[in-house]
Amino acid sequence: MKHRAALALALLAMALVPLAGRDYYTTLMLPFFAYGIALFGLNLLFGYTGVLSFGHALFVAVGAYTAAYLTSAFGILHFEVILLVAIGAAVVVAIPVGLLCIRYVKIYFGMLTLAFGMLFYSFLYKFYHLTGGDEGMRVLRPTLLGQSFPTLDKVGFLTGPYYYYSLALLVIATFVMWRVVRSPLGLSLRSIRENPDKAQYVGVSVRRYRFFAFVIAAVFGAVGGALLSIPTGLVDPLLAYWTHSGNLVFMLLLGGFTNFFGPILGAFVFIFLQDQVMSLTQYWRLVFGAILAVVVIFFPHGLMGLVDPRRRAGT
Amino acid sequence: MFYGDFCALDGVSLAVRDGEFVSIIGPNGAGKTTLVNVLTGLVRPTSGRVRFKGGDVAGVGPVPLARLGMARSFQLVSIFPALTVAETIAVAVLAQLGRGARPLAALARDAEVRERVREIADLFGLGDKLTRPGRTLAQGDKKLLDVASAFALHPEIILLDEPTSGVSTRDKTTIMDVLVQASKRIGIKAIIQVEHDMDIVFGYSDRIVALHQGRVLADSTPEDIRRDEHVVATVIGKRLR
Repeated sequence: MKHRAALALALLAMALVPLAGRDYYTTLMLPFFAYGIALFGLNLLFGYTGVLSFGHALFVAVGAYTAAYLTSAFGILHFEVILLVAIGAAVVVAIPVGLLCIRYVKIYFGMLTLAFGMLFYSFLYKFYHLTGGDEGMRVLRPTLLGQSFPTLDKVGFLTGPYYYYSLALLVIATFVMWRVVRSPLGLSLRSIRENPDKAQYVGVSVRRYRFFAFVIAAVFGAVGGALLSIPTGLVDPLLAYWTHSGNLVFMLLLGGFTNFFGPILGAFVFIFLQDQVMSLTQYWRLVFGAILAVVVIFFPHGLMGLVDPRRRAGT
Repeated sequence: MFYGDFCALDGVSLAVRDGEFVSIIGPNGAGKTTLVNVLTGLVRPTSGRVRFKGGDVAGVGPVPLARLGMARSFQLVSIFPALTVAETIAVAVLAQLGRGARPLAALARDAEVRERVREIADLFGLGDKLTRPGRTLAQGDKKLLDVASAFALHPEIILLDEPTSGVSTRDKTTIMDVLVQASKRIGIKAIIQVEHDMDIVFGYSDRIVALHQGRVLADSTPEDIRRDEHVVATVIGKRLR
């Protein structure tokens, strides 16, 4: 009951942000929504299945470039279509990548996912005619539920309809992931995280289920990527670069991978902390490195670990 | 069965019939665990076959075997530490029902799974500990949970690798009694156990297979095994004679 009240309060607070009239902070919420969705996927892999991907940005980039391609190259502006195609593209990419990666665990899985992320980065960077190379591609303003909102300027669009659209997507993604982790598949994934050998002997097909988790994670990554591309209006290869994957892992550790809501708290704190620290010093990466070290050493269960002492995801 | 140049099992032939409780005994290095690993599809024998329900299951792996109706527990307690007792049993129940991959079904609302979990937990005396994480259980209960999750697959045959290892002498017979009762209730057709404790072996087995240096030294009833001086001298020791 207490948790539900806290959730309702958080949702209400997020819904009221645009009404406070600070457009700058309202637009900062948009990457938070996008990363929150992408991180739900990453946490299904790490927090629930026990395998850490260092290449999750690959799928964020797949979603973002899908939005860029559809709007710029094909003139498809319906955001619902963009999301569906992004999901389809993520599945198409995740199937071969996942089939190769899930054969390995621990550092080997991490390195393989990193390698595929960098492979995609190189593709985006080198295939200039297809991807715009280092200049990237423009992402045109989409329509939302068939509405183009012609009277709104860019800020008005982002802080109005797009804000609430993104918030609604975050709520839907939260609900879907909540169902996934509390489903039979979610329990099977947690058994794999806890003891893969034992899981096999009670009939859990470890590789198959890891593959399912990988594909679901990719879908969440791509939806997050598509959402992320609209506020910036531009996508570039750095979206797939390993440092971007590193940021996603940082957000996960910061919020706490042992808690269902840890990833979105991590995304929120990361976005606003980055904004504040960057405005104070050019050495913000140094500050973030120190923060990461402190979190890992003193708060291994992240910020949510301070709020909710239950230690493992789903327990 | 070879590991490199080392012959771990040599000419071992073993047929288990319905209703049998078979114990595999032998000194360390006799090939007992290798035999269980071969029987449960974990390792493929260099030559030979493992036939189960009319098919060759050598090296097929644990998941297909679990589906076919063969389960296994381990010498060292093997549980899911952070999962509760109910969740641990539910993992096996879901796998047995073929529902483990459902991504959006509400597990908490699955009455059949809940009922089966309760049934297995009660059989193993874990009914009042359903919400406790496995890691918080006493060692004897962890062992029971480990075996209970294998029983939750409703197998036709179960292989137990030292089911009473690591538990106190007092708890050993309790565990074995629970295990035998549970197998009768569930309808398990045969039990194969690897065991060092001769009180347990002679107290519960219908048949004993003595292994020595990878070969079958004897395969007979407990009474005949007791009378076999060669087996007693090599495997059992004179105390139990």
